[in-house]
Amino acid sequence: MKKTLAFLSLAAVLAAPLSAQAHRAWLAPTSTVLSGNDAWVGFDAGMSNGVFIPDHAAMRLAGLTITAPDGSTAQAENVSQAKYRSSFDLHLSQPGTYRVANVGSGFMASYKQGGEQKRWRGAEAEFAAAIPADATEVQATRTDSRTETFVTLGEPTDLKTVGKGLELAPVTHPNDLAVGEAATFKLLKDGQPAADVEVTIARGGIRYRNNPEEITVKTGADGAFSVTWPEAGLYWLGASVRTAGVNGQPGSNASWNGALEVLP
Amino acid sequence: MRKLPLVLTAAGLAAAAPAVATAADLTVSVELPRISSASYHRPYVAVWIEKPDQTTAQTLAVWYQQTRNNEGDGKDWLKDLRTWWRKGGRAMTMPADGVSGPTKAPGRHSVTVPAARLRALPAGQYNIVVEAARELGGREVVRVPFRWGGANTGAGTGSTELGAVRVAVTR
Repeated sequence: MKKTLAFLSLAAVLAAPLSAQAHRAWLAPTSTVLSGNDAWVGFDAGMSNGVFIPDHAAMRLAGLTITAPDGSTAQAENVSQAKYRSSFDLHLSQPGTYRVANVGSGFMASYKQGGEQKRWRGAEAEFAAAIPADATEVQATRTDSRTETFVTLGEPTDLKTVGKGLELAPVTHPNDLAVGEAATFKLLKDGQPAADVEVTIARGGIRYRNNPEEITVKTGADGAFSVTWPEAGLYWLGASVRTAGVNGQPGSNASWNGALEVLP
Repeated sequence: MRKLPLVLTAAGLAAAAPAVATAADLTVSVELPRISSASYHRPYVAVWIEKPDQTTAQTLAVWYQQTRNNEGDGKDWLKDLRTWWRKGGRAMTMPADGVSGPTKAPGRHSVTVPAARLRALPAGQYNIVVEAARELGGREVVRVPFRWGGANTGAGTGSTELGAVRVAVTR
């Protein structure tokens, strides 16, 4: 029993920064494919078990980063946080693809002091000073999370990769998805192909059907995975990569969650 | 009255003479059905030539609201012609000369494309694709196979947003 409890608390410690794993983090656009001289798109962001169903917790938008087609940073408007969802608007004023992401990174550690399991979270720079001298079994982890979506006014444009944390590198453009067609993407971790990673693909609207109809695929050696969209809808994609720390170096825990719209 | 056939023949010859020199014309006739609806809006319609691999060879016509009203600019809803938008519409600039025009009322409308505008089209098998999307209504796509490079005709029909679609290549 004691062992189980210890294991559970350790699991809780490991899972804590990834509440997105228990509850999925999502950033849902009101539309993804737009025409005209300019356009507005609204976004809801939350964490819940049923993707895009705001019934658990709003997402804090501290790391909201919107990249316009020309590479400049665009500003969210009408930002608000409600009980179960955060919302904002984006005015698309230039043609091309916008990357809309809520990005977070942090540093955490677990250790034992006097036989007691403890944990710490903070900035990596403060880590060394924050851990007591008599701490044992110190396990440090760098965390990176990225929750994002893409919207396009007019013709889709190429997306630059970020090179930090886990991210989606388009092979198929994320705003060029149609039911019945196959799409291919690459998962990158810190800019390098993330091989053999499980990607969960869940279509929204779970409240109105009984079968979750989730799809799980694995990335290949080049980090690529493919999916043939069985139905139109807004899909949530999620993946995470954990690396254990070795030789005193911190481990890492990187997660990526995306919302992609598939049109009929 | 008797003279009329002669006049027609003469006109036919006059029309045929340049056609021989400049090859074929392409005519697409599109029927927009009369739809009973409390809030009927004329559909957006796109007509284009599709290659066998389903990529677009050329857009022939796009009928959409040409003006801005208090709900927005007519171009805001071009994306609702989803198939056309994805297969080429989004790469075009609207309005486009000889291609874009206002929405049409229910009835039969035809699009005639002189051969000169299809100079770049190699002879071969193609589809004419007609897509209609209507506010508070549905969307429908009708494909009609035809051959470019000799006289032939084709026909298809929609079931909801489109009626008969006829294609004629004349020499």
